[in-house]
Amino acid sequence: MKKPLPKLLSLFLSFLKIGAFTFGGGYAMIALLENEFVARKKWLGREEFLDVLAVSESTPGPIAVNAATYIGYKVAGVLGSVLSTLAVCLPAFTIIFVISLFFDRFLALTYVGYAFRGVQVAVVYLIASAGIKVLKGLKRDFFTILLAVLVFAAFVTLSLFAVSFSSVFYILICGVLGLALYFVRTLKARGDRKSDEPSAPAENASSEEPTATSDPADAESGSTPGDARKGERREEE
Amino acid sequence: MIYLRLFLLFLEIGAVSFGGGYGMLSVIRDEVLSRGMLTEEQLMNFIAVAESTPGPIAINMATFIGSSQGGFLGAFLATLGVILPAFTIILLVAAILKNLLKYRGVQGFLSGVRPAVAALILATAVTMGIRTFFGLGNVYGEFSFNPKGLIILTILILVGLGSKYLLKKKPSPIVLILLSAGLGMLLYGVF
Repeated sequence: MKKPLPKLLSLFLSFLKIGAFTFGGGYAMIALLENEFVARKKWLGREEFLDVLAVSESTPGPIAVNAATYIGYKVAGVLGSVLSTLAVCLPAFTIIFVISLFFDRFLALTYVGYAFRGVQVAVVYLIASAGIKVLKGLKRDFFTILLAVLVFAAFVTLSLFAVSFSSVFYILICGVLGLALYFVRTLKARGDRKSDEPSAPAENASSEEPTATSDPADAESGSTPGDARKGERREEE
Repeated sequence: MIYLRLFLLFLEIGAVSFGGGYGMLSVIRDEVLSRGMLTEEQLMNFIAVAESTPGPIAINMATFIGSSQGGFLGAFLATLGVILPAFTIILLVAAILKNLLKYRGVQGFLSGVRPAVAALILATAVTMGIRTFFGLGNVYGEFSFNPKGLIILTILILVGLGSKYLLKKKPSPIVLILLSAGLGMLLYGVF
């Protein structure tokens, strides 16, 4: 009763259009999404849209799919989220599937082969500039920089020496390190609050055990000015 | 069975890749190369096509790799796999865990994941670059210098910088891909 068909249909068509006309992935889609749902249809407020973005960027998966699912749900419930996700993927799926049928024969043409040798250089360039852009957007604290440098060095070194170590592990280990650092800071803030006894640092050391590489993070946590602030904010809630 | 393997592989990729399409590329590359599904060159060709066609890069890659390994059903299952974790997690967040991002633990986890993803993207580019320009997959491989590739890279960097400072905007990926395709034909075909 709350979801008349026209709204679902219009949601579906909007995402079909967005899926068919955005080049260059999720981030390019953001401006289109805002134009469609905030400015034109007014289905979402500015604040809500920023929420959508924050959630889409912080959860795993393609940003476009995340945003489509979230907006679809906000506008028309579960059915809305299914239709939006389907619509945003459909054009890409169809186009790529058709291309994949002819790709090998296309690539076998001599000059197309030469063209793709050039194109591979562009791929390296594009990925590198995406990486640099994401790196620039990071926070500039010690922990962040340290993790980025370690992961970069480890990845390049291991792949040069043909040691297989999945990217999945880097992501999960760093996530756990971030979580561990958060717990250390919380415990420390709590310890500081209770009393100024020197027992707090000892507590930290024992809670930080789970991963072997966590030592630098541990050492750093003692000296960050963010510490106290984080603890305070937590207490306010 | 290839269909099940494709589905599970992309389910895993969809569940752990943060940071959108580019963040996903490094995970996809790792998994696909280590399983011997594609060669690095094939993968880079796929990425180029994914970049120059509309739609989310992750969906394009899943469909392409799925199709190359298992036809239509493979493409369908790989795409479904890559979507499913995102879809489920977002529904949970939207319906139940409305304040997910406000939990400090979650923020803590993400504060570790973000630098890792950024570093992985750049490291992927560097590793691909080493192979593209020096023919070197690893130190045990054979060294072969690719000066024409470096010429193309230099031109791309100049065009990128020129466009950034003169036109105040980055050139679109499609323009760069077309430009490098032309340069590739010229340098490898004519000279």
